Amino acid sequence: MTRNLLRQVVIRTLPVMTGYLVLGFGFGILSENAGYGFWWVLGMSVFIYAGSMQYLMVSLLASGASVISTALAALMVNARHLFYGISMIDKYKGAGAKKPYLVFALTDETYSLVCHGDTPEGADPHLYYFLVSLFNQIYWIIGSALGAVVGSAVTFNSAGIDFAMTALFVTVFVEQWVTAKDHVPAVAGVCITVVCLALFGGDLFLIPSMILILAGLSLGRPALERREAADAGKHDTDAQAAGAALPPQASGSVQSERPAASDSNERRFRHD
Amino acid sequence: MTDTRAISLIAAAAIVTALLRFLPFLLLGGRRKTPEYITYLGKVLPYAIIGMLVVYCLRGITPLAWPYGLPELIAVAATAALHLWRRNTLLSIAGGTVCYMILVQFIFR
Repeated sequence: MTRNLLRQVVIRTLPVMTGYLVLGFGFGILSENAGYGFWWVLGMSVFIYAGSMQYLMVSLLASGASVISTALAALMVNARHLFYGISMIDKYKGAGAKKPYLVFALTDETYSLVCHGDTPEGADPHLYYFLVSLFNQIYWIIGSALGAVVGSAVTFNSAGIDFAMTALFVTVFVEQWVTAKDHVPAVAGVCITVVCLALFGGDLFLIPSMILILAGLSLGRPALERREAADAGKHDTDAQAAGAALPPQASGSVQSERPAASDSNERRFRHD
Repeated sequence: MTDTRAISLIAAAAIVTALLRFLPFLLLGGRRKTPEYITYLGKVLPYAIIGMLVVYCLRGITPLAWPYGLPELIAVAATAALHLWRRNTLLSIAGGTVCYMILVQFIFR
């Protein structure tokens, strides 16, 4: 493990550090005020490690909820994690002993950092993913423990500081928007979720949104892949200029064009 | 609530959350060659999911009642504009958050 890799990990996780220290702190204060202090906070941040669920845990614990309703709440709130797994299967393949922790620690924020798959140059990707995941959880644990210990002594008005997490996702969204060749998946994700939020309300919209996004992207696959192949064809010349031995763009089935298309995309991504 | 009861609630939340995270890998990760459909989803899902997460973070706004989600929309626009301008993640997040805090603490009270 080089010092350079560690530095890269710290730099790239800084936004999450800010967000997690703040949000973790908020959770620590809430939990402490509800009568579940330091050790409870520590236990939840180590073993549950899911921000919105932990906030919800405070009210579930305070209201004396049942185990079943807690499990159901976790299912509703965290079902979105199924998606993260689906899109990380290839990238986490072959991670060996690091894999269980990589999967356990795949939170929204960690996902937003690892989903591009752009690792620092020369680094072992799995080691990089592992360090990012570990550092993020450490930030979360420190933030929440601090909140439980010193929370009641804080006097400045922190209202609105939880916007840090929203801002992180907005930044990732913009970053992806700028680098993506095709904006359809991003637009579909936003539009479907907004419609579901309007139809189902703030407590129930996530699962229908996920189902519709999955359905939409599955049904749209032939069209999206055709666009991607066409786009790769357009960029064919500069890919060849970069020394790539691409097979000639067959005018036949989408199937036969896909490997070439994804190759040239990866190459362009690395050039960025 | 007794401590044992509280611990069992926490355990339930931890187990369900971990199950959701492990399930895709348990169901699809074992094969040597990932099905092409899953590879395709792995490529397009991140774009859609980050969009979904942005909306998820903004689910609490009330578009039809004061303040009509204005603080959130202004702060999101500020974050996005900052990011398009400098492409510096930290600056965008800090700027957007400070903007939001000023809006909710002093302007839209």
